Amino acid sequence: MSGHEQSHMKLYFGVFVTLLVLTFVTVWIAEHDYGAFNTPIALAIASFKASIVILYFMHVRWSSRVTWMAAGIGFVFLVILLGFTLSDYLTRDWMQIYGPALGSR
Amino acid sequence: MSSSHGALAHHFESLDQQREAHTLGMWAFLVTEVMFFGGLFAGYAVYRHAYYDAFARASNHLDAHIGGINTAVLIGSSFTMVLAVHAAQRCKKIQIFVWLWATIILGGVFLGVKYVEYADKWQHHLIPGPNFQFEGVQGGHEQIFFAFYFTMTGLHAFHMVIGAVILAWLSVLALKGRFDQPGRNAVEMIGLYWHFVDLVWIFLFPLLYLIGRHHA
Repeated sequence: MSGHEQSHMKLYFGVFVTLLVLTFVTVWIAEHDYGAFNTPIALAIASFKASIVILYFMHVRWSSRVTWMAAGIGFVFLVILLGFTLSDYLTRDWMQIYGPALGSR
Repeated sequence: MSSSHGALAHHFESLDQQREAHTLGMWAFLVTEVMFFGGLFAGYAVYRHAYYDAFARASNHLDAHIGGINTAVLIGSSFTMVLAVHAAQRCKKIQIFVWLWATIILGGVFLGVKYVEYADKWQHHLIPGPNFQFEGVQGGHEQIFFAFYFTMTGLHAFHMVIGAVILAWLSVLALKGRFDQPGRNAVEMIGLYWHFVDLVWIFLFPLLYLIGRHHA
């Protein structure tokens, strides 16, 4: 395991700088009006930052498939949690018979 | 690999298998953490959708530049953590010690800034509870935003404190020679935990600090 760690230093530094730049970009974009796209853009940038932290800082890029699966499963269940929860609450007022949306009087 | 006898637990066949098992175990724990914070993120998403305007007003009360700097500090601590793991894999005890403490110190800066932010909230009656007032008004939905803000950043900070304590303990172990031989994975495993805590913040920052800023 010790052999190929040397060559990763430049990569780690590159990831670090990328993360800093993207943080700056996130704040900058938030201060400009992109309408309904502001939130998806912020989340997309955050997701990209998360993926480079996971792949490189957390070494998943060089890990076994079992590790890939363990990390991936966490993501899958998070998507299920968010997906089903939001598909319920965000559609509450789509058809009157299902009652009012959360937050409306 | 005979020099690493002591690092290999008897129930593993090789150091690689042992490292694989340690990694899998830590990831299994991190998956539970993902669901732990995930529940809070789901709740946040539902209430932000329900009370978007109140959430935007409340969010604009946070200082996005301070939050951004704190994000950079935390990312820096993840970088120093990577360097500590790198040193551990090469068995360099002094470097391990130095980079672990760089990580702890950066984490401490982050927590210090959070304390200043929390103190400011206290001054402005923004702690949820009977004395909550948003810009002089009681009973508004901004309180829900602040409930999520304190719960999520507080839980995150709690995770950081635990991580920092463990990092400090590992730094002592490093000086005592625990990582002088290959095959010890503790620094790498706690590195995974520390990066996870950074990941949570990478999502918390835009979601809490940057709502509806372009209107300002």
